[in-house]
Amino acid sequence: MTEATQSNSATAQPEAMSWDSKSRRMVMLYVPLACFVLILLFPFYWMTITAFKPNAELYDYNTYNPFLIGSPTLDHIRHLLFGTAYPRWLLTTMMVAVASTFISLLASTLAAYAIQRLRFKGSQYVGLGIYLAYLVPPSILFIPLATIVYQLGLFDTPFALILTFPTFLIPFCTWLLIGYFKSIPYELEECALIDGATRLQILRRITLPLAVPGLISAGIFSFTLSWNEFIYSLAFIQSSEKKTVPVAILTELVTGDVYQWGALMAGSLLGSLPVAIFYSFFVDYYVSSLTGAVKE
Amino acid sequence: MSATTAATWVRPKRDPSWVVRLFDWKPFLVFACLLPAVGLLTVFLTYPLGLGIWLAFTDTTIGRPGKYIGWENFEYLLEDRNWWNAVFYSVFYTGVATIGKFALGLWLALLLNNHLPFKSLLRAIILLPWIVPTVLSAIAFWWIYDPQFSILSYLAIKAGVTTENFDFINTPWSARFSLIAANIWRGIPFVAISLLAGLQTISPSLYEAALLDGSTSWQRFRYITFPMLLPILAIVMTFSIIFTFTDFQLVYAITRGGPVNSTHLLATLAFQRGIAGGELGEGAAIAVSMIPFLVFATLFSYFALARRKWQQGEGND
Repeated sequence: MTEATQSNSATAQPEAMSWDSKSRRMVMLYVPLACFVLILLFPFYWMTITAFKPNAELYDYNTYNPFLIGSPTLDHIRHLLFGTAYPRWLLTTMMVAVASTFISLLASTLAAYAIQRLRFKGSQYVGLGIYLAYLVPPSILFIPLATIVYQLGLFDTPFALILTFPTFLIPFCTWLLIGYFKSIPYELEECALIDGATRLQILRRITLPLAVPGLISAGIFSFTLSWNEFIYSLAFIQSSEKKTVPVAILTELVTGDVYQWGALMAGSLLGSLPVAIFYSFFVDYYVSSLTGAVKE
Repeated sequence: MSATTAATWVRPKRDPSWVVRLFDWKPFLVFACLLPAVGLLTVFLTYPLGLGIWLAFTDTTIGRPGKYIGWENFEYLLEDRNWWNAVFYSVFYTGVATIGKFALGLWLALLLNNHLPFKSLLRAIILLPWIVPTVLSAIAFWWIYDPQFSILSYLAIKAGVTTENFDFINTPWSARFSLIAANIWRGIPFVAISLLAGLQTISPSLYEAALLDGSTSWQRFRYITFPMLLPILAIVMTFSIIFTFTDFQLVYAITRGGPVNSTHLLATLAFQRGIAGGELGEGAAIAVSMIPFLVFATLFSYFALARRKWQQGEGND
């Protein structure tokens, strides 16, 4: 490689500067990267393989190669869909995730708008307070929250989850949206104010349409977070048919001393798929929200 | 603006109703906008936090309101071997998992910062462990760690490394490390993607200047990449430490604190005593005992932020 091409690629990619040969690049870059991808994906591969294996193959590694499926079967999936309350759990999870995402988005859009655009006295303290709320993990709240939920008569109802999930969604969404609102030029709002628009009209007609990418990011993130939530769902929901998917699979499918690994893996697979598919449509929004919130 | 448009321009009709005027009055608008978020957070976050601290000083059980008993719960915990075990394992778990996650995550981020084909697809794949519900991937790990049918044991036997099945979760120390491995697996994507975002903000001209000065790649990492990455590293690490220390799902799904209480984290111990055992007061005391560690982590974050301001001069708020 000549000096000229080297410095050319160097301006585009700083890391590419020290690579001088293809084999070195192979060993230092592609091999470790392949190992990472292999290890990060292996549990999913194993989950999928197990979910479609008949029991005979599942517990016999000597006659069958464990990495392949001899005769794929849908028995575990069928058992899950028709032998358990899985469709109900899925529906509950979906409903709870959508409702809590909606509530959080509404509340945090308004809050972010007030903090970033209305510029009242002490707005940065409110912002800091909301940021600190993000640092309070659910693990130290679930015991007192359980008593509150019980006193409010919400124990064992989906509302217990719909109302408590926003406690970890709102801080995140608010911070994300504050960042987005900051990037929208204030002059647009001033123009609208001069034209006689009210503050709420400005929010609805100007700020929100411009902040749609931010709203989508916050929505995706909230949806996946509420889909994955575990400790509140475990503590506040008792009856089997009202459980969410993650809790139900762990508490309802693990029966007795002999674990039905086929059914368990099928449940894990089906419970992961909706959120993975949903995520795959919006990867870029998801990544930008993840990194945006960290940089904020 | 031309004269014709100025002539035809009509001032938008103002709705005279008092509701609209009320919503255009700034103090009220601020109040109305903040009400849902602040209200929800106060009722379901601030109040429970206070209530939790109060419960820790009472002997409340499920179905019976308790009375104030002072420091009794904490005195009891100080003599409780299981609590000390949980404190030890929480710190150990957080320490080892954080080091693992950040070493591997930083490495992955540096790899991803190269010019690669299918970069966005790769990024999407790498984030998968982070997207999927933790409990469900934990169940997959549980199956991978199965004492009889572990695929890792099978591979090791085939490769001739060992002749017997590995014992992943049935003896204390191997269970501890197995859980840490699962936690690292789940945490790598978040660390890698966040640090990648940080890496991409570093100006290439710094590397060019260093290259002209004859630096080695280690020097470039040590004196450019690392210091420039430090602010974002500190923030990501704070979050990671807080959420690893208070982790619950992974341990609850794989070992439930066993074998013989050796893998209890403070959160799982609090759940076991507080919700499963019904001793709300004692469970709350265990949860409250996590707070000093969290305050420490938050202060760490605060000083990291202050440092960031100092590094970049001004211009962030």
